[in-house]
Amino acid sequence: MALPENEEKEEVLEKDENWETYEVFHQKKRGDQHIHVGIVHAPNQEMALILAKETFGRRRQTANLWVVKSVNVIATEYEDQDVFETTPEKTYREASDYYCMDRIRKYQQEHGIADRKELRRQKQEQKEKVK
Amino acid sequence: MNFTEEQLKFVKELLYKIADDQLIIGHRNSEWTGMGPILEEDIAFSSIAQDKIGQSLQIYKILNELGEDDSDTIAFMRNANEFECCHLVEYPIGEYDFSLMRNFLFNHAEYLRFEMLADSSFEPIAKLARKIKGEIKYHIMHADTWLKQLGNASEESRNRLQETLNKTFNLAMGIFEPGNSEIELNEMKVFEGEKRLQTKWIETITPVLEKSKLKIPSADSWEPSYGGRKGEHSEYLQPLLNEMAEVFRIDPKAEW
Repeated sequence: MALPENEEKEEVLEKDENWETYEVFHQKKRGDQHIHVGIVHAPNQEMALILAKETFGRRRQTANLWVVKSVNVIATEYEDQDVFETTPEKTYREASDYYCMDRIRKYQQEHGIADRKELRRQKQEQKEKVK
Repeated sequence: MNFTEEQLKFVKELLYKIADDQLIIGHRNSEWTGMGPILEEDIAFSSIAQDKIGQSLQIYKILNELGEDDSDTIAFMRNANEFECCHLVEYPIGEYDFSLMRNFLFNHAEYLRFEMLADSSFEPIAKLARKIKGEIKYHIMHADTWLKQLGNASEESRNRLQETLNKTFNLAMGIFEPGNSEIELNEMKVFEGEKRLQTKWIETITPVLEKSKLKIPSADSWEPSYGGRKGEHSEYLQPLLNEMAEVFRIDPKAEW
């Protein structure tokens, strides 16, 4: 990574004088996914965690924080963004293109397995009748 | 808890010194806001300052319920000789090494004090101790991590920290100045006492300092800076109070 330069094209900061950045990931509740929320500057991982706590944890519910050194994140190139484009005709790649619920229900009935979704629906109906 | 008027006086004395320490160190730490070494640390240190002031407010509220003035009056209308904070918290912020070291030494004492108070027979302070445990735990993590970082970074940073520790240590020992009612508070099972707290504190900070390649000054050089608990303060406290209370004193009855 290039260091900042002044007008004479000399590097302004000496190497290692500039702290590296760490990506911060925030988890709201235990079990939730960690979500990227920003970066902090720090000389090492421990310091990054300590600084991330106040920068990103103090005004929202927090269960856990991760920090990852920015240079350790490998990214795709924006010039390769076209790799994400895809022809829309391949419906066989979508879950919605598959019909299997009737077969699942049949299997459940044959083997006496309760259909929990159905039970919930019936329960809800019952409740509304009572009202 | 069914304390007599006399016993409640002892409790109040204890509460005043704890809250005054927190208010004054909180105010001092807030002087770094906007001037911290980097943005993230500026935020962290300011946040810690706010925590301390918030903690002092909680204790002033307890005092108010015991018949003392309201919290704003307690905080802003007293002069230096009516404050019971230790000298450590009054000193100007100096350079960052001093502020970090002060925070390190103070926070550990504070954490241990509230750990002891969590079992206090005076229920309001026991309840508060349990409530603010997490806050102070972070204050310790923050201080320990910085110390370890700077103690192990370079010769210069380690030397500066050691010099600061040498200069700050006796001030920090002033935290444990015995109060007038140590025995009574212990008998009432309100607070075990400053002596016990000091012993625990030395035991706790020693290994952290060692990990940071720092040494506690040898015991024969210890000269605790006492007097703060009796209202005898350094020249730095009154100017701090004047500044802190400047706006409030213009019109103490103003509605905010």
